Amino acid sequence: MAIWLSRSKNLVFGLRQHLGLSGIRRHVSSRSALTAPLSSTAVLRRPPPPILAGFRRESTAAEKQRDLVNQSDEEDVQELDFPGGKVSYTCELKFMPECASRRVPCYRVLDEGGNVIPLSDFSPVSEELAVKMYGKMATLQMMDNVFYEAQRQGRISFYLTSVGEEAINIASAAALSPDDVVLPQYREPGILLWRGFTLQEFANQCFGNRGDYGKGRQMPIHYGSNRHNYFTVSSPIATQLPQAAGVGYALKMEKKNACAVTFVGDGGTSEGDFHAGLNFAAVMEAPVVFICRNNGYAISTHISEQFRSDGIVVKGQAYGIRSIRVDGNDTLAVYSAVRLAREMAVTEQRPVLIEALTYRVGHHSTSDDSTKYRPADEIQYWKTTRNPVNRFRKWVERNGWWSQEEEDELRGNVRKQLLEAIQVAEKSGKQPLKELFNDVYDVPTENLAEQEVGLRELVGKYPQDYPIGFHASDS
Amino acid sequence: MWGILRRSIVDGGFSATSLRRVRSALVSSRSYAAAAKEMSVRDALNSALDEEMSADPKVFIMGEEVGQYQGAYKITKGLLEKYGPERVCDTPITEAGFAGIGVGAAYYGLKPVVEFMTFNFSMQAIDHIINSAAKSNYMSAGQIAVPIVFRGPNGAAAGVGAQHSQCYAAWYASCPGLKVLSPYSSEDARGLLKAAIRDPDPVVFLENELLYGESFPVSEEALDSSFCLPIGKAKIEREGKDVTITAFSKMVGLALKAAEMLSKEGINAEVINLRSIRPLDRATVNASVRKTNRLVTVEEGFPQHGVGAEICTSVVEESFGYLDAPIERISGADVPMPYAANLERMAVPQAEDIVRAAKRACFRSK
Repeated sequence: MAIWLSRSKNLVFGLRQHLGLSGIRRHVSSRSALTAPLSSTAVLRRPPPPILAGFRRESTAAEKQRDLVNQSDEEDVQELDFPGGKVSYTCELKFMPECASRRVPCYRVLDEGGNVIPLSDFSPVSEELAVKMYGKMATLQMMDNVFYEAQRQGRISFYLTSVGEEAINIASAAALSPDDVVLPQYREPGILLWRGFTLQEFANQCFGNRGDYGKGRQMPIHYGSNRHNYFTVSSPIATQLPQAAGVGYALKMEKKNACAVTFVGDGGTSEGDFHAGLNFAAVMEAPVVFICRNNGYAISTHISEQFRSDGIVVKGQAYGIRSIRVDGNDTLAVYSAVRLAREMAVTEQRPVLIEALTYRVGHHSTSDDSTKYRPADEIQYWKTTRNPVNRFRKWVERNGWWSQEEEDELRGNVRKQLLEAIQVAEKSGKQPLKELFNDVYDVPTENLAEQEVGLRELVGKYPQDYPIGFHASDS
Repeated sequence: MWGILRRSIVDGGFSATSLRRVRSALVSSRSYAAAAKEMSVRDALNSALDEEMSADPKVFIMGEEVGQYQGAYKITKGLLEKYGPERVCDTPITEAGFAGIGVGAAYYGLKPVVEFMTFNFSMQAIDHIINSAAKSNYMSAGQIAVPIVFRGPNGAAAGVGAQHSQCYAAWYASCPGLKVLSPYSSEDARGLLKAAIRDPDPVVFLENELLYGESFPVSEEALDSSFCLPIGKAKIEREGKDVTITAFSKMVGLALKAAEMLSKEGINAEVINLRSIRPLDRATVNASVRKTNRLVTVEEGFPQHGVGAEICTSVVEESFGYLDAPIERISGADVPMPYAANLERMAVPQAEDIVRAAKRACFRSK
């Protein structure tokens, strides 16, 4: 704990004493789970005499402080020496409880009305940055609505929205540097949007047309762009977590001023790769920021059926990773937390875990109807009352940086661009035939070349089975 | 020989490789005459890793026990001292973890060589090998290359039971996007491992525990640090004219032994060391069958959907008219590998099995 405090002085983002103290309080309250079962005499000195062994009492706050202080006093504490280091012993047979008495508190800056909560610590945001962030959040919201509708109309085969998670998407992107390498799950297109991917480029990928950088290889929403340091979305859940540790390790070896940033949902933390990724990142001291979007549902599986821990934030400590729980619908809180996490990851070369609490307003994807497993009024509540875009808008407007006129103008423009993007994407030709065989390997192997020749002959021989428009010409 | 040349003239493009093969055979025969150096497969792999790490700072090794323990089978001996813990990483026991990390590092541009203690354990990481490594270059349309090598012992050892003895050649070779190599001799080990590390595609490199200790003569050319064998080319270990025997890894040694036994009975067998399971050198196999008109495929792994099944189909598709006898397939027994020594012997091909199959193909016996 003392070490944590002194390190905090080194941090670029200076923490006020208030947050430092609440950090202590939080630290102590989670440690109370450890110290409560021990009677203070057992911790500090020799084991209690047999008469008192059965007598337990709750430690007072002062005793808790003394316990913690004394544990660092190596002369007095009797310790056991096992591989893994010294550990004090107790003669009391008591298990750690399965949960701390209090849940880990959630860091927030703005209240639901968009007012800064007094005495909040947060990273200042300029007018320019705030307006840009709000604009991108609104754009993301609109893009999701329009593309979702396009799928419903049968124009694209599949879509997956980030509705309700706009703050996580945009605020985390804004807090990172463009050199930070992002390995997404699939509900983070806002990062790409922030980094300059255009609405046309999004539409092209969804339609798998000639303009798609993915060359029509993947389902919609599996965006990827080297230019924007955003790794192509991969469907299997959580595979990006150990990969992020690998990218972080590569950045560390090359001594880059950058970190890997990776996202996962609450469901993804059940995968073996979650354990592997966090454990390795900690052992290898890789600069990785793990951001978990705890939005309450993994398709239809509610978090109460996903894990029995206090969310994901408590798991970080199990791996020796510094962690924080954040209000994922609070743009300023997400921005500040990710900024600080990134700083820690890069300057201290260590992984950091952020659990962002939020709510998945949309269905899991266009293949899902979430009204089948959750009440419609619950969805409506989070869509309106707890909407992150509205909440941030209130703060921006209160600062005099946004108005209804600008809102109407933005919404009108973006909607127009979106509809145009879809129309253009729909009319653009498909990928040429050669793209079926390219990129399997760096250089196509002989058998692939043979297959392509064979296929072209077939298409030439039976043109009625392969009409124009089915495949583009190679020109 | 004429068969090969005829095909190369007809098809074009093979003449260079056949000539190169002839030339290298002459080179190696010259160095055989001069005092040939012997090298164990273990040392061959170790030297290949050492030289590639020295040549390219992006190459690094990761796996269980590869560093301080000097490698579970001592393949990575001495590398930790030489290159330090950043480039020779001992990992926790999480195959999925270190395979995933390797893939991530390769995504970013490093060149990891990931060791599985045996390929049986690679199944705990198979999602990363197939869904991440093999398919990423294609799915990202060339934006994410994965220059990674997964290596380790494959197939049966001795008395290690079902979960340590499976051959994964057929499993990995069925997946587009991967390259699958399996060396036999020390020269194979050096040349193919170097080629694998230098290749920008993901490579699965299947070694064999029982071969690690075996020594083979190596040419001067093979000892040079720039030595590299082409991926996708098989090697004719022994020329013959009566029956073609294909094999890879340890089975090559068995096939050569069988060929010796067959020569005493007047059957002159041609033994092909596949070296590359994916891409498979169908040209060499077919050219050989067109010469000998008979084929025996040998592998250690399970028969169904095995490497032999693929070779059989390739020959039927391309050289059916040249076959004088049905193709014979020798493989491991269709059972999980038993432990007891007598049972294990029955579950793995023996030289006598290959001899009997060759004789059947030559209509010398039923």
